[in-house]
Amino acid sequence: MNIVVCVKYVPDATGDRRFEADNTVDRVGVDGLLSELDEYAVEQALRIKEKRGADSGGEEIEVTALTVGPPEAEAAIRKALQMGADKAVHVVDDAIAGSDALGTSLVLAKAIEKAGPADIVMCGMAATDSMMSVVPPMLAERLGLPQVTLASVVETQGDQVRIKRDTDTASEVIGAAMPLLISVTDQSGEARYPSFKGIMAAKKKPLETWSLADLGVDAGSVGLAASHTAVEETTARPPRQAGEIVTDSDGSGAVALAEFLAAKKFI
Amino acid sequence: MSEVLVLIDHEAGAVKKPTYELLTIAKRLGEPSAVFIGAPADADAAVEAVKRYGAEKVYVVDDTEIRGYLVVPKAEALQQVAAAVSNSGAAPAAILLPSNAETKEIAGRLAVKLDSGVITDAVDVQPGDGGGPVTTQSVFAGNYTVTAKVTKGTPVITVKPNSAAPEEAAGAGSVEQFAVTISDAAKTAQIVATQPRQASGRPELTEAAIIVSGGRGTGGDFEPVENLADALGAAVGASRAAVDSGWIAHAYQVGQTGKTVSPQLYIANGISGAIQHRAGMQTSKTIVAVNKDEEAPIFELADFGVVGDLHTVLPALTEEVKRRKG
Repeated sequence: MNIVVCVKYVPDATGDRRFEADNTVDRVGVDGLLSELDEYAVEQALRIKEKRGADSGGEEIEVTALTVGPPEAEAAIRKALQMGADKAVHVVDDAIAGSDALGTSLVLAKAIEKAGPADIVMCGMAATDSMMSVVPPMLAERLGLPQVTLASVVETQGDQVRIKRDTDTASEVIGAAMPLLISVTDQSGEARYPSFKGIMAAKKKPLETWSLADLGVDAGSVGLAASHTAVEETTARPPRQAGEIVTDSDGSGAVALAEFLAAKKFI
Repeated sequence: MSEVLVLIDHEAGAVKKPTYELLTIAKRLGEPSAVFIGAPADADAAVEAVKRYGAEKVYVVDDTEIRGYLVVPKAEALQQVAAAVSNSGAAPAAILLPSNAETKEIAGRLAVKLDSGVITDAVDVQPGDGGGPVTTQSVFAGNYTVTAKVTKGTPVITVKPNSAAPEEAAGAGSVEQFAVTISDAAKTAQIVATQPRQASGRPELTEAAIIVSGGRGTGGDFEPVENLADALGAAVGASRAAVDSGWIAHAYQVGQTGKTVSPQLYIANGISGAIQHRAGMQTSKTIVAVNKDEEAPIFELADFGVVGDLHTVLPALTEEVKRRKG
């Protein structure tokens, strides 16, 4: 069985994220890392591998970490290898820079096709930079796969997959058969830290680098120029003005706060 | 004028407020056409509702065959409606969907099918030069505002709640029963069990004017938070720490992996203000924080802060609110 986990290298959310002069996200001048939300996807892929491996007594399951991004993005798949993925693929090509979600999903789809048939394509719930959550459904659409998304629990049996998820109005159980795409939330289970052994083992694991030509993707169909959307303007939000801070003593805090809310006409 | 398609968000025919906001936006861009996907018996109520907010046409899609099959059939249905509109003259000026987890997936699939640009979580949509929609989004945890437009295909845009004040406007509301052909491939992932969440009786988190939130500092006791919320007529929210501790359901989580909210008033109680939480509430109009730790980063955002124990401050405030409201 083959599981492909799509991961993204993103600017560190706790750092100073910004845009470049052409209004694309600065992905090089800002410290980056494996998107936290994709760590959960790697974790779930590894748990499926471990559980099925133990249950079946030796089913061969290979977990491939796949990323599309600048040379620095290798750090993201290195981390996935350290966590326990078996191999990694890095699609890197200058022509990809500035791609929108349509371009990115096209490159991911072609890379998954080249890597061999995937029984499960695993994704995080969103990228911590764009927070769009549209690449997983786009990828499923391009690969002709069903999608079961925002899972907090993932279970597999044979080629059947069951997930649990919480929507705004209900808790749902969703069933589908492989091959399929799964996205998981941060509620799906703590992602493991790479062990020392894992870090050492990762150095010997295969990591392939592919270009657009390797995938048979025309450079003109991706990148900023081929984007279906154009950013007109990016404006830094002015920092919020520091407000009044009072220290509560014998109920004074509640009274002061009530005064503030009344002055603002909330009560 | 070109048609602007608006997907109706409804519960058994009861149309939700974000739909009216979308129809109001659609009027700026062209001629609003609503798309109803649901049970035929619920269609009349929905048609009457969207007519009052300017829908000139309503495409009614019977979902009997596709109910329970998640988003793929809905994406196919919208693609077919868009194609029919294009064939009858001009392509839709835009396809607007109320922003939530499900519609973002529909939008993603639809964008690939139509080879069209997609923009998610717009907080404003206005006609630009030439009439095409220009969107405003809040990105990077609310630290940046981005204006953008779709440059290829039919703009597919998901719009966040409260992005426009709904304006009543009589529309013709002429009904077109629309037959869709759904592929077998679309009917593979299926809901096999569902357990409705108990209604809290409070406003929806993403639509509320006031939100009272609790975090780690509640120690698991949300009663003071809930009591204040009820006194103010507010929704209840929570930080990820409170959700991860199992104190409150994930549906109440505000932040990067929960809801992004932008209420008139946000009261954060016992919440330190990590970047993941700020990402979900930073654009609130007025922010109030109550926290024992005067160093908590939430105070950097607060218009008003109380350094104190929420377990004493909130009950006293609740009494004060009730007294003033009489």
